Amino acid sequence: MTLLAGVITLVLHLLLVIAAAPLLVGLVRKLKARLVGREGPPVIQAWRDTLRLLRKEPVVADGTSWLFRAAPSVGLAAILTAMLLVPSFAFGMMTAGASDLLVILGLLGLARCTLALAAMDTGTAFGGIGASREMLFAAFAEPAMMLVVITLALLAGTTNLDVIASVLGSGVLGLRVSLALALGALMAVAIVECGRIPVDNPATHLELTMVHEAMVLEYSGRHLALIELAASLKLLLWFTLIATVFGPFGLAPPGLAPLSWAVAMLFWVGKMALLGAALAVFETTRAKMRVFRVPEFLGVAMLLAMLAAVLLLVSQGFA
Amino acid sequence: MTVLILPWLGLVMIGLVVTGVLAASAGERMAGYGTLIACGVGLAGVLLHLLAGAPEAGMTIPFGIVGQSGGLAIDGLSSLFLALVLGLGMASGIASLEAHHVTTAPALPVFVAGMVLTLLAQDAVMLLLGFEAMSLASFVLVMTGHRDEAVRRAGLLYLGMAMLGALCLVAALGLMAGDGLSFDSIRAHPPQGARAVAVLVLVVIGAGSKAGLAPLHVWLPPAHAAAPGPVSALMSGAMTKVALYVIIRLLFDLAGSGQPGWFGVPLIVMGLAGAVIGALRANLETDIKAVLACSTVENVGLIAIALGLGFAARAADLPAIAGLAFGAALLHAMGHGMFKALLFLAAGSVQYGAGSREMARLGGLIGAMPYTAGAMLLGAACLAGLPPSSGFAGEWMLLQSVIAALRVGGLGVQVLVCVLAAGMAMAMALAAAASVRLVGVVMLGRPRTPRCAAAVESSPPVRWALILLGLGSLGLGLMPGALLGLAEPALQVLSTSFAQRASLLALVPQADAPGYAPLGILALLFLLLMGIAACLRNWAVAGYRHGPAWDCGFGAPPDWLPFGDPATQYGPGSMAQPLRRALGGSLLAARQSVTMPAPEDSAPARFTETAQDPAERLIFAPIHRLRATISHLADLMTFLTVRQSLSVLFAALVLFLAVIAALEQT
Repeated sequence: MTLLAGVITLVLHLLLVIAAAPLLVGLVRKLKARLVGREGPPVIQAWRDTLRLLRKEPVVADGTSWLFRAAPSVGLAAILTAMLLVPSFAFGMMTAGASDLLVILGLLGLARCTLALAAMDTGTAFGGIGASREMLFAAFAEPAMMLVVITLALLAGTTNLDVIASVLGSGVLGLRVSLALALGALMAVAIVECGRIPVDNPATHLELTMVHEAMVLEYSGRHLALIELAASLKLLLWFTLIATVFGPFGLAPPGLAPLSWAVAMLFWVGKMALLGAALAVFETTRAKMRVFRVPEFLGVAMLLAMLAAVLLLVSQGFA
Repeated sequence: MTVLILPWLGLVMIGLVVTGVLAASAGERMAGYGTLIACGVGLAGVLLHLLAGAPEAGMTIPFGIVGQSGGLAIDGLSSLFLALVLGLGMASGIASLEAHHVTTAPALPVFVAGMVLTLLAQDAVMLLLGFEAMSLASFVLVMTGHRDEAVRRAGLLYLGMAMLGALCLVAALGLMAGDGLSFDSIRAHPPQGARAVAVLVLVVIGAGSKAGLAPLHVWLPPAHAAAPGPVSALMSGAMTKVALYVIIRLLFDLAGSGQPGWFGVPLIVMGLAGAVIGALRANLETDIKAVLACSTVENVGLIAIALGLGFAARAADLPAIAGLAFGAALLHAMGHGMFKALLFLAAGSVQYGAGSREMARLGGLIGAMPYTAGAMLLGAACLAGLPPSSGFAGEWMLLQSVIAALRVGGLGVQVLVCVLAAGMAMAMALAAAASVRLVGVVMLGRPRTPRCAAAVESSPPVRWALILLGLGSLGLGLMPGALLGLAEPALQVLSTSFAQRASLLALVPQADAPGYAPLGILALLFLLLMGIAACLRNWAVAGYRHGPAWDCGFGAPPDWLPFGDPATQYGPGSMAQPLRRALGGSLLAARQSVTMPAPEDSAPARFTETAQDPAERLIFAPIHRLRATISHLADLMTFLTVRQSLSVLFAALVLFLAVIAALEQT
C-alpha cells in the first residue's frame, strides 16, 4: 500500500512540477512587469514559448560535436532527477529513501558541468565566458551549501531530505536562530544557482554581463526549449527545497490519502507563488552586481551558514 | 588457496624482475607483455583471495639482513591495495605495448615489483627494499625524456624528495623496531610518548612526500607530467596509494591503537591544504598532465583527511565513525587510483595523437579521438565528483564521514570540522571547474593548431587499456558497496568494521539510515532521458541543420581560415582567469602585470602572469637558499692556504672528539 502511494505521489509530483515550472517563471515575469508599471505577458506565455520552440528546427553551430546536441536532454534529465528527490506536497514518495541532499547537489552539478561543456563545445568566446564564470560561482556556492547541509544534518541526524523535512515539520525542534541564518544562506545560494538578479540577469541583452545566457547563446529550436524548461525547473527545485525545509507545514503524510494530497498541493502552490512574489520584489529593487562581487556575496552566505552551524553546536552541546 | 597466495605473488614478483632484465636486451615490447601477463596472473590470485575473505597468511623467505630471515605477509589491507596496483599494472602493461620508442621501459616491471614487495613486506627491511625499488625504478622512468632540460630538473627534484623520504622512513622504522625488525615484534611493542611523536613526524614526511601530501607535493606535478603516459598512470594511480598504504600500515596498524587522537590532526591539516591548493593549481596549469597531477594532490589530500578523521575517531572510541571514515578513505583511494590512471592514459594518448601536452595547442579532439575523448569524459566526470561516477561515491562517503566526525570532540573540534567541510566542498567544486576546463579546452571547441586538427586516435593497445580502466571505474561507481564488502577485512586490520552497513546496492552512513544508491539514480536518469526522447519524438520537429556559430554576430570564418582564428576561442588561460582573480591572489600569490608601450612606440604590449605554490615560496625557497649558502662556504674552503686548511682540519678533529667524549659521559 505504501509502495503504491509512493508510486502515485511520485508520478503526480513529476507531472505537477513539469506543468508548474514554466508557470512560475511566467508569474515572476508578470509580477516584475507590473511592479515597474508595464502590463507584461500573460503567465502562460512561458509555456507557449516552450511549445513554440519545440516546433522549430534547431540550427547547430558548425564544428560542434554530439555533446552539444545531447547536452540539453542530459541536463534536463539531471535536473528532473534531482527534482524527483525533493518532496513537494507529500512525504514518502517512492524516491524518499534516495532523496539525499548531497546527491541532489551532485545532480545539479552534473547539469551545470554538462551545460558548461556544451558551451565550450561551440568554440566561441561567449561560451567560454559563461562556462568559466559559472564554475567560479559554484566554487563559492558549494562551501556555503555544505555548511547549510551540516546545519540541517545536525538537527535531523541525517542528510536525507525527506527525513529532515519530517523532523523539522514535526515541530519538536521549535523555532531556532540557526534555521533563520541557514535560510538566508540557502536563499543566497539559490539566487546564484538559478542565475537571478543581482548575480545574473535572465532577461539580459548585454552580452558582457551574461553568465547563464552566454552559455546557451548558440542554442535554438527544441534544444533551447529543453534548456529553458531545465532552467525553470531549477528555479522551482530551489523554491521547493526552501519551502520543504523551512516551511514544512501542509505536506501530506506518507500513505494513500488523495484528499490530503489535494490540500497539500494547494499549500505547495501557495508557497511557490509567495516565494515567486518575493523574488519579483527583490529583483525589482536590486541592480545586478559585477561578476567579481559575487564571491563576496557568497562569502556572506558562507558566513551566515557557518554562524548557523556554530550557534547550533553551542546551543546543543552536541558531542 | 590461502597457503598458495604468497608463493604465487612471489613468483609474480620474480617474473616481473626477470621481465625487466630480459627487456633490457630483448626490447621494450617485452616489458609490456611481461608486465601484462605477470600482473594479470597476480590480479587473478589476489581477487580470489579477496573473495575468500582475505585470510591472513605469512611466509619466511631466505632473504634479508644477516641473522634475520625476511618475511612476506598478506592481509585484508594489503590485498585491497595489491588488487589496485596489479590492475593498474595490467592496464599500463597493455598501454605500453604501443610502439613508441621508450628506452627506459625495462624499469616498468621492476617498478610494479617494487610496489608489490612494499605491500607484501612483513618486516622493516623488506618494506624499505620495496619502497626504494619503487622510488628508483620510477625515477628512471621519469627520466625517459632526459634530453629535455625540464625533465631533468623534474627528475632530480623527484630524486631529492625520494632520498629525503627514504631517510625519514629508515629513521622511523629504526625507532619502531626496538626488539626486532619484523612487524610482529613492532606490533608487540608499539612506540610510546615522545618516540611515538617522532615516528609520526618521520612517517608523515617520509611516506607523505611520496604520496604528495602538502607541503611536500612540490615535486609531484613536474615529475608526473614528465613521465610517459603509462608510467604517470602508475605513479599517480598506484604509487601514491602505496605511499598511503605505508602511512596506514606504520601509523594505524603497527603503532597500535593506543596512540592519542591528535595524531590524526597533522594528516587532516596537510590533507586540507593539499586539497584546496591542488584543486586550485589544477585550474591554472596549462600542461594537461600537470593538471591531472595537481588533482592527484587534491585527491590524496581528501583521502588523508578521511584517514586523519578515522584515526581521531578510533582514539575517541567511536568505531562506527572510524569505520565510516576509513571506508571512505579506502573507497576513494581505489576509485581515484582507477580514474586517475584512466585520465593519464588518455592524456598520453592525446600527447602522441595530437602532438602536444600544452592545452593552448590542443582543442576539438572529440571527433578525431573518440575512444580517448570518451575515456577523458568519464574520467573527468569522476574527477568532478558527478553522480553516478566512482568519484561521487567516494566524495559522498568522505562528506558523510566529516558530518559524522562532529561527534568526535568538543566545541573547538566541531568548529574546525565545519571549516574542514567547507574547505573540502570548495576543493571539490574547484576540481569540477578544473575538469570542465580540461575536457572543454582539449576535447571540445575548435582545434588551436594545424597539428591537432590532424590528430589520429591511438593504436588498439591503448584503446584496450582505456576500455579496461573505464569499465573498472564505471563498475566501482555503480556498485561501491561491493568494494566496501571486499574492504571489510582491511577495516578489521584497522580494528573497525563496516559490515552491518555494507550492502551491494547502496552506501549508508549509519545502520538503518537512508543512503546513496547509484544504480537507482542511474535508473532514474535513464528513464527520464528515455521519457524526454519520447516526448521530443511526439511533440517536436525532428532533425537539425548546421550553420556558422552565431557568437553575437561575429560571423563565419573565411575560407582560408577553416577553423577560425584560434585566438577568438576561450583558451586555458582565459578559462582560468575568474578563479585566478578570485582565489589565486591570496592562495597562490598570483600576480599579473600589463606593460603598455607609449603612443607611437612600435614595441608590443605585454601581459604577464605569475603564480607560485606557497609550499615552494615558504619551504623550498629557504632550503634552496640554505643549500646555496653552504655550498658557497664549502667553495671558499678550496681557496684556503695550507696553514688555514690544516687548522680547520684540526678544529674539526677536536670538535669531533669533544662530541664523542660528551656522548660517552652520558
